[in-house]
Amino acid sequence: METTVVESPVNYVNHRHTVASWLLTYDHKRIGILYLIVVSTAFFLGGIFAALIRLELTTPAGDLLSADVYNRMFTMHGVTMVFFVLVPAVPAVLGNFAMPLMIGAKDVAFPKLNLLSWYIFTIGFIFTVVSMILGGVDTGWTFYTPYSSEFSESHVLITGVGVFITGFSSILTGLNFMVTIHRMRAPGMTWFRLPLFIWALYSTSLVMVLGTPVIAITLLMLVFERGLHLGIFDPRLGGDPVLFQHLFWFYSHPAVYIMILPPMGVISEVIACFSRKNVFGYSFVAFSSLAIAVFGFLVWAHHLFVAGISPYSALIFSFLSFAVAIPSAVKTFNWTATLYKGAIWWKTPMMFVFGFLGLFLIGGLTGLFLASLGLDIHLTDTYFVVAHFHYIMVGGAIMGYFAGLHYWWPKMTGRMYNDTMGKLAAMLIFVGFNLTFGPQFILGYLGMPRRYHVYPPEFQVLNVLSSAGASILAVGYALPLFYFLYSLKYGEKAGANPWKATGLEWTTQSPPLAENFPATPIVTEGAYAYSKREMKVA
Amino acid sequence: MFSGFSLFPAQASTLAPEIDNLYLGIIAITAFFAVVVVIFVVYFAIKYRDDTGDKVGAPITGSVPLELGWSLIPFFISIGIFVWASVVFFHIVRAPDQTLDIYSTGKRWMWRFQHIDGQREINELHVPVGRPVRVVFTSEDVLHDLFIPAFRVKADAVPGRYSAIWFEPTQVGEYHIFCAEYCGTRHSGMVGTVYVMEPADYQAWLSGGGVTGGTMLQQGEALFTQLACVTCHLPDGTGRGPSLVGVFGSTVTLENGSTVTADESYLRESILTSQAKTVKGYEHIMPTFQGLINEDGVAALIEYIKSMQAGGNRVASAQ
Repeated sequence: METTVVESPVNYVNHRHTVASWLLTYDHKRIGILYLIVVSTAFFLGGIFAALIRLELTTPAGDLLSADVYNRMFTMHGVTMVFFVLVPAVPAVLGNFAMPLMIGAKDVAFPKLNLLSWYIFTIGFIFTVVSMILGGVDTGWTFYTPYSSEFSESHVLITGVGVFITGFSSILTGLNFMVTIHRMRAPGMTWFRLPLFIWALYSTSLVMVLGTPVIAITLLMLVFERGLHLGIFDPRLGGDPVLFQHLFWFYSHPAVYIMILPPMGVISEVIACFSRKNVFGYSFVAFSSLAIAVFGFLVWAHHLFVAGISPYSALIFSFLSFAVAIPSAVKTFNWTATLYKGAIWWKTPMMFVFGFLGLFLIGGLTGLFLASLGLDIHLTDTYFVVAHFHYIMVGGAIMGYFAGLHYWWPKMTGRMYNDTMGKLAAMLIFVGFNLTFGPQFILGYLGMPRRYHVYPPEFQVLNVLSSAGASILAVGYALPLFYFLYSLKYGEKAGANPWKATGLEWTTQSPPLAENFPATPIVTEGAYAYSKREMKVA
Repeated sequence: MFSGFSLFPAQASTLAPEIDNLYLGIIAITAFFAVVVVIFVVYFAIKYRDDTGDKVGAPITGSVPLELGWSLIPFFISIGIFVWASVVFFHIVRAPDQTLDIYSTGKRWMWRFQHIDGQREINELHVPVGRPVRVVFTSEDVLHDLFIPAFRVKADAVPGRYSAIWFEPTQVGEYHIFCAEYCGTRHSGMVGTVYVMEPADYQAWLSGGGVTGGTMLQQGEALFTQLACVTCHLPDGTGRGPSLVGVFGSTVTLENGSTVTADESYLRESILTSQAKTVKGYEHIMPTFQGLINEDGVAALIEYIKSMQAGGNRVASAQ
């Protein structure tokens, strides 16, 4: 297995140098890098909004920002982070870069469509940035009607169109990935030899293709009502405001799984590599991804328990919400069991996995509180919800994204980053994250509603703790930018397989050739065949 | 900064202890699982640490009994939590029969409350201790949400329909009212205070004035004549519209054969969008009163209709 890779001096990064060669590339690896640039920009933009929110909330009075500016800050934080960071981060950046390499393909099935997806995504992002420059949006990222359709005096239309456009990038990427995974696997790469990251991407693609059109239609209806005063959601025009919530969450709840399933796939890859073992219960982990993708479509109304739906339909959605938690629990137990009798190599990507496990555990378990009908009435729309979904979508998803970025960085760039700095970043993020969002659970149960610009003084202590945590978190998130950039020039050469990992992407040189492999690989074993190596067992 | 600081909210309604027990119960269950997983992860990570990167782990691929165990056990525990939480939920959504009813309207950015006896207040709500209170409310503009953390209740105020919360205060005191559904610029200023009072103090407050235009019943009666409802809805059932005597709380059969319970929401809809549902045996000739009557007027009319009982007795709920 540990064969020497014949390194060619020419690779996908240096075979062409012009800006045009990047902007017109059909190479999935280069497109992955293009996504990385836009997503990172969005992440820092969204981070600045978050920093202003946390600064404002250090005092109970609204003294730093005006109410209107504050409302725009949390809205643009949400819009930027959800649609331009969390949804695309792992599939579009890491999926684009690694997926074809991992299945032994030369590229995705439709390389031109892949480039088009990036352009659509970027145009959508530009629309959203333009709306921010013009003054921003203040509806909350959920765009609830009739506020968004008839009352808000902010730039709802431009932002709505921006998000609408971006949706097509998701749909096309999902389609591209599904066809690629079906049709482009190397000889011998059967479904059950696929790395679990591929299973996760496949499940995610299903959700993207089936769910995204619904949000697109919903936003279009919002644009019609706002622009043309067609009565769809506003009761004064004969519409129903709760209808919007059903339609919005029919996409946006599954979207949570678009955000978390791919990072879960990353976790499976990294935990196998750094435990030097098979992932425990491979098929259970694989099918739990599919189960989450399917059941994820059946729980949307748990966002509406206080919105005026029938108590009996609330019962059904509560039950299904408990059910969808089980596959996530199964994954967590399997990852834990994977560690058993492993040879655990404490490298940076693995530190992010440990961080992920801790934060995802809290995020997942607090979901049970909100699925519980009798408790959700008190907790919904409070900081408890804010804390819960940040634990999943930031604690879980971004931790997984960072694990993947640190895992594949040597493959993407051919260079090693500083491992000590990487571990420091993982630790700062873990500590800062818990200090930021831990107190928010308590605030929520105390009754502090979300999206509050001013708040009663008795909530200040916990808010100050939260803001203090956010400053640690900011350092943790900014640190990788520096050591990653530093590594590009000064980092040690990585070689083909610095982690001594299994997986086809590690059999080619780093950075890979433009066409990925010198010759089409032939697969003869499962994804994590560490134990077949001629090495001493730990 | 530390004044009034606490880690647990005031427990000021009969529902609050029930919800707190559920909360603490789920904390106990989830904390157990969290601690078990963390212990395993930390123990394995330390015990099996190998920083050479040259060894491989034991060839373990999985175990079906373990998979079944850790799927089914959490599943059954989830069912347990689901049942417990659902029982509590029905206590929250089902008001007892005898409640003191208060009407409320949310508008940007204030809460208006309207008492049966005619008192109106803004961002303040006075209620007696030890008596179930039901607040029936709607919104005049966007979505709002009436949230009283000390009572552990909330519901969205949705324009075009009624929502309701109920609570029985157990502690005299002052508690926050929050708007919990984002509603624009001064969302966080749409707050108020519930004053829970001893029954005697409450009576004193009720008679302390602030009443203009009579009780809700009197206002409703005036509107009933003024809007000419009285010309069609004759009490003996001979009018062009159905008699409203005893209609509140009854089951009404509609022209398509379906039935509906005549609650506040149904009466409200029938007044404002009369075409939505037509009673079996009648033609839909009733005009819409949308725009002719405000939310306070609708509430007063409903209170008046509630009072129309055979023999002229008012229903207990309104008293």
